[in-house]
Amino acid sequence: MAAITSPHAHEGDAHLHAHDDDHHELGFWQKYIFSTDHKVIGIQYGLTGLAFLFFGFCLMLVMRWQLANPGQAVPMIGGALQSIFGTAAFAASETGAPGMLTADGYNAFGAMHGTIMVFFGIVPIAFAAFGNFVVPLQIGAPDMTFPKINMASYWCFFISCIFMLISFFVPGGAAKSGWTSYPPLAGIADSAFLTFWNGQTLWLTGMVFNITASLLGSVNFIATIIQLRAPGMTWMRLPFFVWAQFVTAFLLLLAFPPLEAAGIFQLMDRVAGTSFFMPTGLVVNGNVAPWAGGGSPLLWQHLFWFLAHPEVYVLILPGIGMVAEVIANNTRKPIYGYKAMVGAIFVLAFLSFVVWAHHMYMTGMGAAVAAFFQTTTIMISIPSVILLTALMITLWGGSIRFTVPMLFAAAFLPMFGIGGLTGIPLAFNATDLYLHDTYYVIAHFHYVVAPGTIFAIFAGIYYWYPKATGRQLNELLGQIHFFASLIFINVLFMPMFLQGMAGMHRRWYDGGAQYEQLSKAVVLGHTGLEWNTVISTAAYLLCLAQVPFIFNFFWSMKFGKKIGRNPWDSTTVEWDAPSPPGHGNFDKPISVHRGPYEYSVPGADADFTPQTDPPANSKAPDQDANTNSQSVEKQH
Amino acid sequence: MSDSHAPEPAHSAVGTDATAAAHDHSHDAEHVAKHIKTYLIVGVVLIVLTAVTVGLSYVDFGSHAMNWVVGMAVATFKVCLVGAIFMHLKGERPTIWRFLLFTGIFVVGMFLLTLLHWYDPIFGTQQAVR
Amino acid sequence: MQIPYEVTSRPDTGLWNAKLGIWLFLASEVMLFGGLFSGYLFLRLGAEDGYWPHGLLNVPIGTFNTAVLIASSVTIVLTWANLKMRNWVMAQRYLLTTILCGLLFLFIKLVFEYPEKFAHFGAYIKKESTAKYEAYLGNEHARSNGLSPRYEISGHLEAVEVTVAGDRAPLATFAEKNKLKLVEHPAGGEGHGANLIKVEGLDHKAGVSPAKMEKMARIPGVTIEKFELALDPGNADPSNPANDRPHFWHQHATDKIATIDAKDVSWASSFAPKHSSYFAIYFTITGLHGLHVLGGVIVMAYFYLYGGKLYRKNPEHQANRIEVVGLFWHFVDLVWIFVFPIFYLL
Repeated sequence: MAAITSPHAHEGDAHLHAHDDDHHELGFWQKYIFSTDHKVIGIQYGLTGLAFLFFGFCLMLVMRWQLANPGQAVPMIGGALQSIFGTAAFAASETGAPGMLTADGYNAFGAMHGTIMVFFGIVPIAFAAFGNFVVPLQIGAPDMTFPKINMASYWCFFISCIFMLISFFVPGGAAKSGWTSYPPLAGIADSAFLTFWNGQTLWLTGMVFNITASLLGSVNFIATIIQLRAPGMTWMRLPFFVWAQFVTAFLLLLAFPPLEAAGIFQLMDRVAGTSFFMPTGLVVNGNVAPWAGGGSPLLWQHLFWFLAHPEVYVLILPGIGMVAEVIANNTRKPIYGYKAMVGAIFVLAFLSFVVWAHHMYMTGMGAAVAAFFQTTTIMISIPSVILLTALMITLWGGSIRFTVPMLFAAAFLPMFGIGGLTGIPLAFNATDLYLHDTYYVIAHFHYVVAPGTIFAIFAGIYYWYPKATGRQLNELLGQIHFFASLIFINVLFMPMFLQGMAGMHRRWYDGGAQYEQLSKAVVLGHTGLEWNTVISTAAYLLCLAQVPFIFNFFWSMKFGKKIGRNPWDSTTVEWDAPSPPGHGNFDKPISVHRGPYEYSVPGADADFTPQTDPPANSKAPDQDANTNSQSVEKQH
Repeated sequence: MSDSHAPEPAHSAVGTDATAAAHDHSHDAEHVAKHIKTYLIVGVVLIVLTAVTVGLSYVDFGSHAMNWVVGMAVATFKVCLVGAIFMHLKGERPTIWRFLLFTGIFVVGMFLLTLLHWYDPIFGTQQAVR
Repeated sequence: MQIPYEVTSRPDTGLWNAKLGIWLFLASEVMLFGGLFSGYLFLRLGAEDGYWPHGLLNVPIGTFNTAVLIASSVTIVLTWANLKMRNWVMAQRYLLTTILCGLLFLFIKLVFEYPEKFAHFGAYIKKESTAKYEAYLGNEHARSNGLSPRYEISGHLEAVEVTVAGDRAPLATFAEKNKLKLVEHPAGGEGHGANLIKVEGLDHKAGVSPAKMEKMARIPGVTIEKFELALDPGNADPSNPANDRPHFWHQHATDKIATIDAKDVSWASSFAPKHSSYFAIYFTITGLHGLHVLGGVIVMAYFYLYGGKLYRKNPEHQANRIEVVGLFWHFVDLVWIFVFPIFYLL
């Protein structure tokens, strides 16, 4: 072949197009489906995640019907549900109406509600969608460092979604062993069916793909944040959201692999007949189980919670990041204690790796382990409180604009506070023995993720929607969405604390109807069972409250108010790109000259000074940009 | 195969990235050439240490746990050699060292804390290494 | 649109993208294998005394394979060094050697090591029946020498004795299809009356493979009554102090045959993953490690075949790619350095 004279010259004619994307209009499939553009991938993650979030929510509605009306068929859609999900999940009730959730169906819906909400709803939206869309824009990068790996990440995730959806329709139905998939129950579940074609095995396979997707994504995020920051974007000028994503990516990178190991172990148990998690002498249905034994179910719990506790912070950190952005923007004030917050999330991330066994107090593990994990668990509340306090103080003295994103962000603070504070009794061994596996636990972690993270996600959606579409979501519909959601989500979760303290167990299929003590325990004028009805009603109404949002989401794409580059008068770099940004993001070179939250700077022209604004006094050289360019020269 | 494609002489490399690379390159090449002997020596040392590991495992050190300590010590030394020399961790950028340090801490944490499951210093219960 | 720092280093971090990326990936791999190894440790520490086998793997082959991987680690780093010196022909030779070493490693694992294990057989004796098999277990000897008790009798499965309830035709068909011989009323088959049938291989050397035995046990009506094992040296001569510790050279099964009553057996299996926690974790970790070797070989083969074009355009980029795959390959080697002693030796 001929010697090459220029990098853009085409050697031969084999891959003529591969070199110059700029001249070449991509087809529909490459532009919107198999895209390597971080914004498209972010939106793909977001839409898939929102769809799963709603699906997981609907599974919960069916479960709530069963809890409030045990043994009754689901009204109106019962017949349809039975024909879709089959007779493993639904049966005719005593009155003969089709569509009563069976016990197996309840377990399957419960397990899948947890799995879908955590791994297919919130992580894909809060981490993958917002991270993909916002992070490169906020650091002034043209794309992610590895665009192809980014695409591979989404499609790995997509395959895992397919596995999870298929598992509803295989014989026996979806996985029924809880989202934690504890063996030996999970090891023997569905063993009557084909080795590969049953809910539990598909769950494990789906999780292995999901984990792979997360790993690919997190490598990409970290590399992007380290390598592709625009000139002048020093570490302490990163918006807090980028910090949150950075730490979250590390959590995923380092915490997920042990779960992958555990998933492989459990797959081996189910497929190759090993006994990693099968103890010696396990008896199933009166027979000694056909396994060599010698394994330990606690090994799964250790490996699972090694992931799943950091996972809690994977759920919450991007949420806090989004809330910080929205609060700074709408209070028109810099975030209080930015450096302390950055330090706090690092401490939080570090500690989150050494608290996992507080989920295992009931397993009878040794006192030394329990004491250790109890101590670290209490310690981890310190950085959480720093974060929350800093955000609260940011509100103080600000001239707050109550836009819809701000409403959600403001509501996030007390909601997350309730969720966090109610976790403290669970951190102590002694109180946990009583509260473990009750509705108190359910209420606690739902306060963290539902009115916590999901409200933060809504804040993020309302805040960055204009950047993604060029149009604003309708304000009134947004307010209806917010106030209805805030009321009903509290009516939904608050009574669960009471039920839990009255002793209601989290896995009761009939809502405790068979348990005398619960039907007699009166809390605030209602028995435990009556509260079930209140909670379920709130759940249906919460579902109704989402209608304005769904309508708004699609309607505003076409008919929303058109906006320019910076509708919120924000300082961060993403608002310097066109709305929506084109391929390669920015239409001018980006260089950063200041910190992320320069709102209401005394003496400035406007009440916000974008990060890309050159210094007012050109004689005073920008210190950091200068150091940076010096180091460039030194390299050469 | 690809061998048949005559490679271009190094310094004819062109393009923005390539020019920058060629700029560094003469320095790099000398630097690398010096290391080739080191790589070969380390390879031989690693193979010898493999033989040593095998040999030591048949020596009775008094308890099986002691064999573990010795075996793991040799393996760790080998791993350090591979990491420092072959993977160029010696003199690697601080960014990489930083997150590898944390990875190390978390792996050791995972090992030690699961070990606590079998060895409880408060009640003094213990399982022996077999 | 061009992503910055694909080939050259970013000045302030001193890294190019893929190098950072691969190190991050390796960090997560450390956690993956860390999880697997902590599983190993957990199972081993939790194992009941006498249920963690020793010396069942072929140490010389394992040692050789370790050397092969180390050699390939040297050649991949030499590939990179030669690319840095712009010595394309030598680089390609070293790269090819690395690929061949990787393939040799996989070949030895898949052709010599795994099948040998699948053909071997072991039966764990119930604790209450160990006295009956003292001649093979040698627990008196073990106790007086402070060794762990022995529960397993292992060796080459020569024959099984079965009873059949009802129709015998399916068993006969099965035997014919699988080259097995049925002998009715075998000598010494007391206690089961006329029902006892001895199943053995047509070829005496082959015996009954454990896989065939398991399939046979699933035929309706067939019950396995006895296993006939050509014993491993450790069981053939259990009180010989020479058998107290594992041997370096692989020990073949002796000619001594033991007959074990199936009702005295708590668990019997070939040396497959389901045999015990030990083989479960052995196959899982080495299998996953093997997949990593395969992945590395595929990527290197791609760079070997299609790297020339990139090299001519930008040799530094090709050197970087080899550095990345090299880092991965060293990591695979590094894992094996731990795998080898913990499974083969300790």
